[in-house]
Amino acid sequence: MSQPKQFCTFYLGAALFGVEVTRVQEVIRYQEMTEVPLAPAVVRGLINLRGSIVSCIDLRRRFGMGPAPEGVLASNVVTQTAGGLVSLQVDRIGDVVEVTEESQEAPPDTLRGAARKLIGHVYKLNGSLLRSLNVEGVLDFESSTRGSSPQN
Amino acid sequence: MATDLQTQLIHDLVEESVEGLDQFDSEVLALEKGESGPDTLNTMFRVIHSLKGTSGCLGLGRIESLAHVGENLLSLLREGKVEAQPRTTSTLLRYSDALRAMLHSLGLDGKEGEHDHAQLVADLTALSNLGENPQGQAEAAGLFEDLPEDLPAPTPAAPVSAAVVPPAPAAPVGPANPPARAQEKAAVVSGGIAETAIRVDVGQLDSLMDLVGELVLARNQILQFAGRLAEPTLLNATQRLNIITTKLQENVMKTRMQPISNVWSKFPRIVRDLSRELGKRVNLVMEGRETELDRTIIEAVKDPLTHLVRNAIDHGLETPGVRSAAGKPEEGLLRLRAFHESGHVNIEILDDGSGISRDRVVQKAIQKGLLHADQASRLADREVYALLFAPGFSTAEKVTNISGRGVGLDVVKKNIEKIGGSVDIQSDPGRSTTIRVKIPLTLAIIPALIINCAGSRYATPQASLVELVLIENGQAARAIEYVDTSPVYRLRGSLLPLLSLREQLELERAAESQEAVYLLVLQAEGKQFGLMVDGIHDTEEIVVKPLGKELNGLSVFAGATIMGDGRVALILDVLGVARRACVLDHAGRDEAAKGIAEIRNSDNREGGTRQSLLLFAIGGDQPAAIPLSHVARLEEFAASAVEKAANAEVVQYRGQIMPLLHVGRVLARESSSADETVRVVVYNHRGVNIGLVVDRVLDTVDGVFSIQRCMDRPGVLGSGVVQHRVTDFLDPDALIRASGVIEFAGAGERL
Repeated sequence: MSQPKQFCTFYLGAALFGVEVTRVQEVIRYQEMTEVPLAPAVVRGLINLRGSIVSCIDLRRRFGMGPAPEGVLASNVVTQTAGGLVSLQVDRIGDVVEVTEESQEAPPDTLRGAARKLIGHVYKLNGSLLRSLNVEGVLDFESSTRGSSPQN
Repeated sequence: MATDLQTQLIHDLVEESVEGLDQFDSEVLALEKGESGPDTLNTMFRVIHSLKGTSGCLGLGRIESLAHVGENLLSLLREGKVEAQPRTTSTLLRYSDALRAMLHSLGLDGKEGEHDHAQLVADLTALSNLGENPQGQAEAAGLFEDLPEDLPAPTPAAPVSAAVVPPAPAAPVGPANPPARAQEKAAVVSGGIAETAIRVDVGQLDSLMDLVGELVLARNQILQFAGRLAEPTLLNATQRLNIITTKLQENVMKTRMQPISNVWSKFPRIVRDLSRELGKRVNLVMEGRETELDRTIIEAVKDPLTHLVRNAIDHGLETPGVRSAAGKPEEGLLRLRAFHESGHVNIEILDDGSGISRDRVVQKAIQKGLLHADQASRLADREVYALLFAPGFSTAEKVTNISGRGVGLDVVKKNIEKIGGSVDIQSDPGRSTTIRVKIPLTLAIIPALIINCAGSRYATPQASLVELVLIENGQAARAIEYVDTSPVYRLRGSLLPLLSLREQLELERAAESQEAVYLLVLQAEGKQFGLMVDGIHDTEEIVVKPLGKELNGLSVFAGATIMGDGRVALILDVLGVARRACVLDHAGRDEAAKGIAEIRNSDNREGGTRQSLLLFAIGGDQPAAIPLSHVARLEEFAASAVEKAANAEVVQYRGQIMPLLHVGRVLARESSSADETVRVVVYNHRGVNIGLVVDRVLDTVDGVFSIQRCMDRPGVLGSGVVQHRVTDFLDPDALIRASGVIEFAGAGERL
C-alpha cells in the first residue's frame, strides 16, 4: 500500500538523521568556505558549488549542540529548498535508507527546544531511530542570533 | 502534442499581439494629435488584421469577432471613406484595451474571458456607419462634438444617423468588406519587416548571461595560473582568451540592453488618459529614448517610473485655469529625460507645475507626527522634500484614485534602492518639480576593487569608490585624528569621517603595530566617508551572485562573487555599511525622514530629543550647542581676511561672500576676540552659508538631550546637560534673525 521512501542519512554525534533523497542534490566532502561576518551563527559560510554560491548551515549549531569532537572533518549535504540550494554541514554521511510508512511515527511530545521545529518524523529502524529533518524548519531561524565570533 | 502546439501558438499570439497593440496605441495617439503619417492607418490595420487572422485559426471566436468589427472601421478610415471623429480615437483606444484584456485572460488561463463588449461594438459600428452617408456624418459630428467623451454615450451614433437619413439601411458592413480585402494583401506585403531580428526567449538570454559569468570566472582563474607559469605560448593563448571573453561579455550584455523607450512607450497613453480624466492639458516630451539599460533593470524601474509620471500629472501640474491665472501657458510640460553618466543612468522627470510647497510639506509632516514644530525651521529644503518619501506621507489635498493614497513615493524609493539606485526631489516652488532617479546600468557584472580585511577578501563596487588614500607606515597615528571616539581624516582640508571595516564587520581588532592603512574614500547618497581596510588587491570584473534567503537580513553585503582561485568573496554594500555606521544620519537627505521619525519617537519615550550637536565655546567656559545637521563645515580664517561689506563683517569663501555672525556678541557675552584666527562654523541657513564666529570648537555629540526652557533669551532655545556640563542650546535661525545678517544673506541669494 504505502510508498517506501528513501532517505539520505547522516550523523550528528551518534544520532542518525535523514533528508529525503529526492531533495538532496549531492553530498560533498570537506569544502573551503568563506565566512560571512555579522551573519547568524548557524550560517557557517559560503561555498562555491561549481559557480553557484551556496550558504552552509551548521546543523550542530542549529540543534544547539556543542562543536564536533576533534578530528571530525565535516561533510556537506547539498539540499534543495524553496529558496534555492542550501548546504547542511554534518559530522558524517550514512547510507541511503529505505523506510516504509508503517515504521513512521510522530516525534514524542516531550521533544523540546530547537529540535521540536527541526524533526519532522521518526522512523523505527533495526537497532536505531532515523529522524527525518524538517529542512524548512532548519532555515527558519531568527536572523538576530548574530555570531560575532563564530570561529574558535 | 496537439494541445502543446496549441498552447505554444496561443503564447506566441499573446506575446506578439500585446506588443502590436502597444504600437497600435501610439499610432492612435499620433492620429489624435494630427501627426499621422501615411503609414499610421496601415500599421494599425496590420496589427488588427493579423490578430484577427491568428485568433481565427486558433478558434478564438470572441477575439476574432471583436477584432473584425474594428478592422472594418480601420479599413474604412484607411480608404478615406469615413473621417476620423473626435471620439474615434477614444473608441479605438477602448477597443485596443478590450482586445488586450481578452489576450490577458487568454495568457492566464487559455480562455478569452467573459468581457461584455456590446457597447464598444455598437460604438465601433456607429463610427463605421458614418461613412455610408456623408450627410449623416456631418450631423453626427455636430451632435457629438460637445459631448464629454468619457461618458458612456447615451445615444449611439447608429440610431441617430439612421433617423436623419431613413433610406440608408443600417447594414453597411457587408458592402464595405470586399474592397477592404483587396487591399489587405498589399498592406501586409509592403509592411513586412525584413527578417533581421529574431525573437529570443528572455530565459535563454539570462542563462547565456550566467554562462558568460562562469566564463569570466574561469578566465580570471586561468589568467592567474598563466601569470605564475610564465610560459610564452600559454600566455599568448590566455591573452587571446582574455580579449575574446571580454568581447563576448560585452556583446551578451548588449543583447540584454533595451532602450528605455520600452518603458516610456506606455507613457503617452497614460498621460493622455490621466490628463483627460483630470481635465488637465499636458505636453509630454521625452528626451534620450534610446538610452539603454539592462533588461532586469528596465523591469525593475517600470512601476516606479509610471508612478512618478502619474504623480507629476496628478499633483504637479495644475489645471489650465489655474495655470493661465499664474501666467503660465495652459498646457503643462512634463519632460522625461534619460542620459548616461559615469556608469549610471539618470532619469529626470520634470513638470512645470506648482512645485512643492515647503510649508505644506512641513505642515503635513507635523500633522502626521513625522516632525516636531520646532524642528521644522531647522530643516534644509532637501530634508523637507525627503519627507515626501517617508512611509504614509501624502500632501494631496484630496485623495484621488490616481495617486495620493499615502502609499507610493516610499515604495518608489524602496524599489529603486533595491536595484542600487537613488531618488532625489528638487523643486522650485510655483515653477517646477524635478525628480531625479539614478540607477546602475547593469546588475550582473560590475567592476570592483578587491580589498583585504582580517584575512578575507571583499569586493567594493567601483561605482561608489571615489579615491584611495594610503597612509604610510607609522603615519597612521598622526594622520588619523579623533573627535571623541570617532576617527576622522583631513582630506584636502576637510574632515572625512572614518570607519574601520574590521569594526563594522565585528571582526577581531588589528594588532597595535599597524603598518600602512588603506583608506577607501566612498560615496553613499552624496556623502563621503573613509573606510579603513588592511590591504588592497586589484580591480576586477566580478559577477554578482545573490546571497541566499537565510542571509537576507545582512544589509552590509550586496551579494557574493567567485574569485579567480575559486573562493567566494562577499561584495560590500556601501550604502548598507554607511547606514549601519550612521554615516548618513545628519547629511543623508533620504535618511532625513527616518531620522526625524526617530527623533519624534524618542521624544515620546524619553522626554528628550535625539540629536547630533556641535559643541563650541563662546565667551568663557560655558559650552553652547547647535544641531550638527545644518553645519556645512568648520573653517578658520586669518583675522585679516575679514572684510566689511554693507556694514557687516564678511569673508570670501569659495568664491562667494559669506556674512559673519559673532555668536558671542549677539548673546551679549564677552568673547576673546584678540585672536589672530577667526574660527567659523559654516551654517547653512536655507541654502545660504552664514559664518558663525565662535571661540573654540569643542566636540560633536550624539544622543538624547532634554532641554529646559529658561528665561527668554533671543537665539537660545534653553539649557541642557551635555557631557556633564550645562550647555546652552542655540537656535541658529533665531540668532540669525536677531543679528540682522539675514537681510544680507537674502540679498546674496537673489544675486
